[in-house]
Amino acid sequence: MTLSTDALDRFVDRSSPIHALDARVKFLLTIGFVLALAFMPFGEWAAMAIMAALLWGIVAWSQVGLLTIIKRAFVALPFALVAVSLLFSRPGEPLFSLALGPLTLTATTAGLVAFISVVLKSWLSVQAALTLVATTHFIDLIQALRALRLPAVLVALLAFAYRYLFVLIEEAQRMLRARAVRSAVLPGQRSGGGIGWRAAVVGQMVGTLFLRSYERSERIYVAMLSRGYTGEFRTIVRRSLTAGEEGILAIGLALLASITFLAVMF
Amino acid sequence: MMSAFLEQIAVGLHIPDGFLSVPVSIAWWVLTIASVAIAVRRTSGALHERQIPLMGVMAAFIFAAQMLNFPVLGGTSGHLLGGALAALLLGPWAGILVMTVVLALQALLFQDGGLLAMGANIFNMGVATALVGYGMGMPLLRVFGGRPWGLALVGFVVAWASVMAAAVLTSIQLVLSGVPAAIVFPLMLFVHTFIGIGEGLITLAALSFVITTRPDIVSSLAAVVGPEGLQRRVGGGTIGTVTLVGMAFAIGAALISPFASGDPDGLERVAEDQGFLERAQDAPFNILPDYTIPGIDGGLSTILAGVIGLLIVFALIYGISQMLRARAEAAER
Amino acid sequence: MTTPTQMKTPLSTALSAAALELRDLHYTYPDGTAALCGINLAIAPGEKVALVGPNGAGKSTLLLHLNGVLRPSRGMVAVGGMVVAERTLAGIRARVGMVFQDPDDQLFSPTVFDDVAFGPIHMGFDAAEVARRVAAALEQVDMRGFERRMPHHMSVGQRKRVAIATVLSMQPEILALDEPSAGLDPRARRGLVGLLQQLPQAMIVSTHDMRLVRDVFPRMVVLAQGRIAADGRSADLLTDTALLEEYGLEAP
Repeated sequence: MTLSTDALDRFVDRSSPIHALDARVKFLLTIGFVLALAFMPFGEWAAMAIMAALLWGIVAWSQVGLLTIIKRAFVALPFALVAVSLLFSRPGEPLFSLALGPLTLTATTAGLVAFISVVLKSWLSVQAALTLVATTHFIDLIQALRALRLPAVLVALLAFAYRYLFVLIEEAQRMLRARAVRSAVLPGQRSGGGIGWRAAVVGQMVGTLFLRSYERSERIYVAMLSRGYTGEFRTIVRRSLTAGEEGILAIGLALLASITFLAVMF
Repeated sequence: MMSAFLEQIAVGLHIPDGFLSVPVSIAWWVLTIASVAIAVRRTSGALHERQIPLMGVMAAFIFAAQMLNFPVLGGTSGHLLGGALAALLLGPWAGILVMTVVLALQALLFQDGGLLAMGANIFNMGVATALVGYGMGMPLLRVFGGRPWGLALVGFVVAWASVMAAAVLTSIQLVLSGVPAAIVFPLMLFVHTFIGIGEGLITLAALSFVITTRPDIVSSLAAVVGPEGLQRRVGGGTIGTVTLVGMAFAIGAALISPFASGDPDGLERVAEDQGFLERAQDAPFNILPDYTIPGIDGGLSTILAGVIGLLIVFALIYGISQMLRARAEAAER
Repeated sequence: MTTPTQMKTPLSTALSAAALELRDLHYTYPDGTAALCGINLAIAPGEKVALVGPNGAGKSTLLLHLNGVLRPSRGMVAVGGMVVAERTLAGIRARVGMVFQDPDDQLFSPTVFDDVAFGPIHMGFDAAEVARRVAAALEQVDMRGFERRMPHHMSVGQRKRVAIATVLSMQPEILALDEPSAGLDPRARRGLVGLLQQLPQAMIVSTHDMRLVRDVFPRMVVLAQGRIAADGRSADLLTDTALLEEYGLEAP
């Protein structure tokens, strides 16, 4: 799991028209982009190329490093192994065969098209999500979700979790470090402790982290009470979208819809 | 780098965008929204304002706890998904909300799992794991909780089953999206049979630690574990034994599974006679595409085998626990 | 043991004009541990008082009574002549600004602005007034320009300052701070001393830092085993080596 957003944090404070765009608009356009890709039939290379060009144009315009985005987008790549099975799943012109004991797997051109399509869709979708995160403060994103009718409780939970994520990750890392400095292995000797013992150690670390988190949540609750919290989560009401922002949203979604429509039809 | 890569494959439950068809994505979004809505209602009714900071911090806790791992074999490591643990510690509804927030953060902040696929991911790893963890865990603990090995065994089995449930659901969604069942099911279930062992071990050790240290904050759990469980922490020895039994069970299941599918050369057959996958893509609005209807053959039989197998295991465990409980109650009278 | 809630308190004597008054305050934890045993203390408006004593003496427990997070087993707490009780809680919490030791507990929002705005929003002010108060509070602790920052990305000293701003935005009459100088490096500590000297509010501050007491607080209260062991001018008490020795304190 990638646990550092540092690579993207570098970009989030830059100023570009994309950064300045309202988080609600950006979020909806990202969802629209991913949805358009999902609707795209396999093997529509021209449409896929247009989608990629569109996205990369926006990335370049937003002054976010295109290379960083493309590289980071490989996080989803391991899952592509699942897609490898698509190679062998389609009837059609055989490409090659693999003999696995009693089984013979035959890859086909149609299978190859399906495989490449799925991997490309996945890769571009991740890039779209990365672009959103690289140009939007996460807290703006959370508030955008609130404006888009996500229940207040979930918004509050997301905000809390985001605030304490890094605090608790540091606690977890301190524990791992404390374990590492005591995990000495003598030369020529196998490291001791069976899997059961190792799991027990990690389980206790998890348990300790749980108790610390629990106690922290109690202190936070007291701190909230001290400042007038009564159980209701209040926030300042956000302004509504301007006509310009609504226009950008409408044009963007229409563009994505027409690319998909043309790809499905022709 | 390579071991991180292996780990990604091994965990393999955060579905990225691009893999699920639109109808499948939307169907699971609907299920997830419904489940989360119920969870919001349940938690806001019973547990009031104290819960918000608690659940928020707990989501961060699960996220951080997923980083704590231990070396198992050949560069792979055991670590936690956390749904069953969260449900057992906090209750099923709070568990669902906590896991929902964890998965949403992972998708939004770290691109771990797609946006469109988030509904499916939350359902598999949040809703299902919490419901399996709590729904199986509490009845089992009521029966076995009082015995010295009760907490260890139940914690392990329930956490393992929660991972398997998530893996089965993930496979079903992939298959409905056109990935061949004959490959996905064996691969997913095989890998997660072992992943589940790590989940089980950490969950039982963490439960045992919390319950012996602060029984007051997990009162409903402490009540079913009984006084002896509260005093004795589960040691490495017991966990080792559970590991061996679990491993034997997992390997056995993995060996038996090809025969259970009743279609040993499934891969070849899928490659040859499944023209239906093309058609499924042509009708993106069918939630259940054509190919599930004509015959119980190939892909579907594997799904059914998997689901039925899992249901049988759950039913057996539940039935036995009910039986033993009835006997125990009869003995008391 | 003492009876749980609100035994009849001697309210017959009129409440003084003190900013804060504790009368015969007793507190026993649910597990039976007696934490406070008969505390009498009055603090004048604008007066700065240090609360010292060994760990477990009851300092934090005392502070938690000031805004009603804990309720006395016996005795009473009054803030500006208003007795702490269920129906006065909202008003009391606006008048007593409580800052906890760990800024990671105090700062629970994702951004500095949200956190400093939390109190004023709950007090019911409109968006413009909230923004004005946030700006003023951050100005007071010299942290303007940090509105959009995440507490996690700031230094401990900066976090402590923002933590104080989160209650200044509520414009309280009394500040109750728990260990404000713990974990600060020398420079951040000097900054804190300057800030505490400047703020006009009455203050009651628990601390182990005797130099902080000497530099900021004219009056000092020594708490030991739930009782007030000494209460007087810091200048006098800090030179009383026998007293310091007895309660495990260090001369500055």
